[in-house]
Amino acid sequence: MATEEKRKDVVGSVMVVGGGIAGIQASLDLADSGYLVKMIEGKSAIGGVMAQLDKTFPTNDCAMCVISPKLVEAGRHLNIDLFTTTEVEKIEGEAGNFKVTLLERPRYVDLDKCTACGECAKVCPIEVPNQFDMNLRERRAAFKLYPQGMPSAFAIDKRGTAPCKATCPAHVSIQGYIALINDGRYKEALKLFKDDHPFPAVCGRVCHHPCEGECTRNDVDQPLAIRELHRFLADYEKQSGEFYIPEIEAEKRDEKIAVIGSGPAGLTAAYYLLKQGYSVTIFEKLPEPGGMMRVGIPEYRLPRDILADEIAVIQKMGADIKCGVTFGTDITLESLKADGYAACFMAIGLHGGRNLGVENEDAAGVLQGVEFLRDAAMGKDVEIGDDVIVVGGGNVAIDVALTAKRKGAKNVTLICLEKREEMPAWEHEIEEALEGEITIVNSFGPKSFFIDKGNKVSGIEFKTCTAVFDDDGRFNPQYDDNACQPYFGDTIIVSIGQSTNLDGITDQGIAVSRPGGLEADPVTLQTPIDWVFAGGDAFYGPKSVVDAVSCGKEAAESIHRFINGLDLTEGREKKWDFVKPDIANEPLKKRTTVRCLDPEARECNFLEVSFGYDEEEAKTEADRCLKCGICSECYQCVDACLANAVNHDMQPKRTEVEVGSVILAPGFTPYDPSKHAYYAYANHPNVLTAMEFERVLSASGPYQGHLMRPSDQKEPEKIAWLQCIGSRDINQCDHAYCSGVCCMYAAKQTVIAKEHSEKDLDTAVFFMDMRTYGKDFERYYNRCKDEHGVRFVRSRVHTIDPVEGDNLSLRYVNEDGDIIEEVFDMVVLSVGLSPNEQTVRLAKTMGVELNSHKFAQTSDLAPVATNKEGIYVCGVFQGPKDIPQSVMEASAASSAAARNLASARGTLTRAKQLPPELDVADQEPRVGVFVCNCGINIGGVADVPAVREYARNLPHVVHVEDNLFTCSQDTQDKMKEVIQENNINRVVVASCSPRTHEPLFQETIREAGLNKYLFEMANIRDQNTWVHMNNPEKATEKAKDLVRMAVAKAVYIEPLHQVSLDVTQSALVIGGGVAGLEAAVGIADQGFQAYLVERSGQLGGNALWLRQTWQGEEVSPYVEALIEKVRNHKHIRTFLDAEVIETGGILGNFHSTVATGGETMTTAAIEHGVTIITTGGKEYQPSEYLYGEHPDVLSHKDLDIAMTDGDQRIADAESTVFIQCVGSRNEEFPSCSRICCTHSVKSAIAIKKQKPEMNVYILYRDIRTYGFREDLYRLARELGVIFIRFDMQAPPQVTKGADDQLSVTVKDHILGRPIEITPDLLILATGVRPNANKDLFELFKVPINAEGFLVEAHAKLRPVDFGSEGIFMAGLAHYPKSIDETIAQAQAAVSRASTVLSKEAIWVGGVTAEVDPDKCAVCCTCVRTCPYNVPIIGPEGYAVIDAAGCQGCGCCVAECPGKAITLKHFTDQQLIAKTVALFTECVTA
Amino acid sequence: MSATFEPQIVAFCCKYCAYAAGDLAGSMRLNYPSNVKVVQVPCTGRVDILHLLRAIEEGADAVYVAG
Repeated sequence: MATEEKRKDVVGSVMVVGGGIAGIQASLDLADSGYLVKMIEGKSAIGGVMAQLDKTFPTNDCAMCVISPKLVEAGRHLNIDLFTTTEVEKIEGEAGNFKVTLLERPRYVDLDKCTACGECAKVCPIEVPNQFDMNLRERRAAFKLYPQGMPSAFAIDKRGTAPCKATCPAHVSIQGYIALINDGRYKEALKLFKDDHPFPAVCGRVCHHPCEGECTRNDVDQPLAIRELHRFLADYEKQSGEFYIPEIEAEKRDEKIAVIGSGPAGLTAAYYLLKQGYSVTIFEKLPEPGGMMRVGIPEYRLPRDILADEIAVIQKMGADIKCGVTFGTDITLESLKADGYAACFMAIGLHGGRNLGVENEDAAGVLQGVEFLRDAAMGKDVEIGDDVIVVGGGNVAIDVALTAKRKGAKNVTLICLEKREEMPAWEHEIEEALEGEITIVNSFGPKSFFIDKGNKVSGIEFKTCTAVFDDDGRFNPQYDDNACQPYFGDTIIVSIGQSTNLDGITDQGIAVSRPGGLEADPVTLQTPIDWVFAGGDAFYGPKSVVDAVSCGKEAAESIHRFINGLDLTEGREKKWDFVKPDIANEPLKKRTTVRCLDPEARECNFLEVSFGYDEEEAKTEADRCLKCGICSECYQCVDACLANAVNHDMQPKRTEVEVGSVILAPGFTPYDPSKHAYYAYANHPNVLTAMEFERVLSASGPYQGHLMRPSDQKEPEKIAWLQCIGSRDINQCDHAYCSGVCCMYAAKQTVIAKEHSEKDLDTAVFFMDMRTYGKDFERYYNRCKDEHGVRFVRSRVHTIDPVEGDNLSLRYVNEDGDIIEEVFDMVVLSVGLSPNEQTVRLAKTMGVELNSHKFAQTSDLAPVATNKEGIYVCGVFQGPKDIPQSVMEASAASSAAARNLASARGTLTRAKQLPPELDVADQEPRVGVFVCNCGINIGGVADVPAVREYARNLPHVVHVEDNLFTCSQDTQDKMKEVIQENNINRVVVASCSPRTHEPLFQETIREAGLNKYLFEMANIRDQNTWVHMNNPEKATEKAKDLVRMAVAKAVYIEPLHQVSLDVTQSALVIGGGVAGLEAAVGIADQGFQAYLVERSGQLGGNALWLRQTWQGEEVSPYVEALIEKVRNHKHIRTFLDAEVIETGGILGNFHSTVATGGETMTTAAIEHGVTIITTGGKEYQPSEYLYGEHPDVLSHKDLDIAMTDGDQRIADAESTVFIQCVGSRNEEFPSCSRICCTHSVKSAIAIKKQKPEMNVYILYRDIRTYGFREDLYRLARELGVIFIRFDMQAPPQVTKGADDQLSVTVKDHILGRPIEITPDLLILATGVRPNANKDLFELFKVPINAEGFLVEAHAKLRPVDFGSEGIFMAGLAHYPKSIDETIAQAQAAVSRASTVLSKEAIWVGGVTAEVDPDKCAVCCTCVRTCPYNVPIIGPEGYAVIDAAGCQGCGCCVAECPGKAITLKHFTDQQLIAKTVALFTECVTA
Repeated sequence: MSATFEPQIVAFCCKYCAYAAGDLAGSMRLNYPSNVKVVQVPCTGRVDILHLLRAIEEGADAVYVAG
């Protein structure tokens, strides 16, 4: 066969996209059936929406309790490769051989190292809305999605680098120090600043802050005062008097580095080289260090002591600063080399001025700006006159002007070439000049100086500058020589630019660039002389301090690389991109102004002008930060993480995986009602979505499960639920479909809210149709009404008005037509399930078609297949549905995905190789105790060494130790060695919870050769140090108690051995309807043998009369093909007219007898590993509404058959009436039969289309066209089908007239009056009954509910399993369902069965119950007690508990009156040893 | 009974629910008195009257079963 050939090279691996409950179930099924699973999740942990829920309906189980074991199982499975924070980027190839490209976003936390201790989150200063809690509270940027999340690891939430940090030339973590200021951690903030910049105080005063230009606050109001904030940090430190000296973490090195020039570039290079361990000598020509910071920036802007303090820090770090040393004369490159310097950094600055080059410039009284500032700064006497003219328009010119003023000049005029707006000086400097009464004159270029007789300057003539720049923007001034203007003054200071002094530099062969600076590589700063580097103003021209800092850092890096022989260029050119957050709705916050010296008070002194911020001002300002990057990169987490797991440099990673099939389970997003003002959701805190309300109710939610409303944390007394928000609504939101789950979850929430409420809570649900169509849902609904007093109001609320006291007034029309206004404390919007952008994108990437509602398009007859072969779907992506349906479909998708991969099953899966087990049974207990510090989670509270030493003296303890992290890989390896070295035969770990870590430690001791049961844990973290943090002494005592208890039990524990049983790789399928047929084919296609037993003489069941699926697919061709396939399949043997009359055995090894009827009864013995029960159901046979008494009263089945046969009655009818809920939702049969509404609506459409003039009426109680079936309901109404609702109290009356004319009378709920219809046809929407199979069910010991439907192992997560292992179900025997749902459940049963059949052998035993035959009195208590029906009275005359079936719960043990049963690993002796130990003070040596 | 009396309490907790709730209390850093000691059982159905009485006999002031 060609297909057989093709299958040989398929890949035995499946990719599952989506880590919600559907994805988890699909992955577990596949991984347990011999396939390697690649599980892809976009978030940082799996669990999906189910993990967010509080309780699940209809059992009110805690959602987390139910899902949590599955999370652990999926997270730890050897054959599931979990990719979190990952998306699918590309798919290539075809079914059987896909190549998928995955893009993994960085988590910034190493999964292999993270122990989930949470220290990172504790120190993280960034608070962001906790999306898991639906933004009802905040979490940190370092976060774990939720406490039970898997992988059990933290992640760091980043949007990208913040714009401020990206823009800062030194790339200081600006958002980081601002966040730390917000947190009051000023020391840490300063330290963070100093990681990237040695001059917080200097730059806090003089920086030109390009960062503020990019600050996102610009787009809201004004940028943050970033500069002032780090100045505050430096000022705060100075006030404290304790200066932070960066630690030299690197080892001291022998190499010496020379730095020429002690300006910001030179000092910064020294700072970073010192940190690397080098010796650094700085040579400075001037008498004092600081370069331009010292002699270029006036003191009123940068006080001397501030600069001196920051230079002193660098000196304390070890820098040797030699002042008054001139490079070129006192020292040369040659002398440096001779003195042993390994590298030299030239940062000599631009200390020369530039001449105008006009006549008489050398006259007395003409000064150079740079020199003037230097002389002033160095305290030299500079003589200036009363009238000073400054030539130049840059920052230096302004400093010159203001300094001249302070030096006593009466009038200072600044004259420049540029127009006011072209001036190169920064705006704030110009403003300061104006404040300082400097006259600024624009657009003049100097022509010549006027001199007096003594060659002293007396003025200057200017010519008008008509343009400074040419059309290309180049500096090319044009003058009008005819428009001149003289200015008179006694001192003229030329301040038009700077130059460097190259005396003694060029002589040494140091290269000079064309503009006259030092020549060096722009990236590495290396000069043509390899050991000489150049930077700062002398290299790139005049720039600011922060640019020099940036350059100095690069120089240090280059020099370090040069000395170590590393590549100088590799990875140097980093791109600094940033993303800005959305600022819509951001409230305005005014920038905090900086207090300054009054302009008058500045005269004739050099007092600092700006006061900077005080603490309060700094905090107010810091609070304006918009946290653009989310994570602020403050790196507090890096220091806090003792496991070294945090890595902020992680990059996105692309991975290519090869898989045979793909399952898409990306889930949904709860509908967002915020865009509709009508719901008052966006603006009123007490209008919540149902998802938010789940979190409110959750014990791990924002209010710890206390029922409160957000506005004032008051307990509400009256809550309203509004149904169909974002569902069944084409007017507001275009979601025409029904979300299928909201009616039930609202009902559940009312009950749970009442349970949580201390007062008598009034709950009202406003709805259109109550759609409680699932198994046991109708009962739940009835209980809500009858027992809990929940008000269900059939009405659409049309107005929600906020009223006094944070309450909400609801206006609606009741059923009697009265307008009612009612005030509630709180409103819950029952939001629907929406597709989202990601799912649409995923579908596009995968080439999967979507339907008109943007969910995956599937066929009813192949419910989990997409248009792309090899790609399957499940969960809400396939259509809105509840958890059990999702789980069922997940298993179905798993079997569909595996169907074509059978030949590759087991080719990629991994198995652990283990050493042989040591026999320790007869040895004296030798206990090893390992106490964990869990970083500081335990050790930071309890005295771990004391606990360890205490354990040393406990009986039988031969070894104790404590570890930083007991679960880390290195400790695990060490533990194995220790066990072997000390012949330890019982291991006790005192650490976290056995729920998460016992399997890991058990694996470790097994690898050390010990039986895995020789292990016991003491939970001294989750149940001790985390809950007794405030009482370290008591926590220590309790830790000792818990360790003592664990050791006491450990002494008594025994190795348990599991035994291997061969699996019979075949299945018995009972029932030959669609479910049975699909199951048999599924099993057989996997290459396993299937035995199909059908009671009747014909295969096909109800599908033989069913016309169409709800989407309109013809059923009969499908079922005929299916029957044909079963008949011809080489792996299927069919028994017709047959029944199972005997069965026995256990999971993997059942044996049954099938009796085939007919004339000669024959029996066949069948060996099978699993059983699938698909015994089906049938239509209810009505006794009401004249059924059977009048020929024109038809059931649904009759109608289908009539339609298929082209019955003339249908064509002839003028009027047809459907009556819903016949045999459903009544006292006798409380359940909803789920499928009848859709069937009626669909049939009505067919009739109406055939004969549009016919009057078609549907008399109903609630129309339950769930999911996309709602489209049919809408279409029926559009076609003119008339829907009339009736109450159960007043059902329609059907009578027969004299001429046999049918008459239906029903009370119309709108008119409030009875109306009479005389239909020609009356169709009864007959419910579903399970087929009677009492004997069979008893034979297999499978439970049924009151209505006779089979009861699954768990209503939510095991919808196709029975409590008894190895038996599964599908189809109508489980509950009424449509054909697509039946097919899905049958495929699901195949998947569940495959987890058994794919194994050649299974391991049984372990923690199981065992009967002592001598003590057994055959009282049958255990037989009756066991919830799994495992114990039997064996042929020997005593109870037998099969290890293969035993779940280890121990119920039988506690109940057995003769104490004949023991639960291994939890024996009475072991449990009592714990309590005895608790109260026995250990006698210590 | 003096005002400083602190009862010693033994709690038998089902590993699937109550024990997990105990862990959750830890994750949430809720505080409760340290004189409660939890003994994990595979199911509260395993708890025998014997375990309860024996604990009291050994010195427990109270015993509770949660699951």
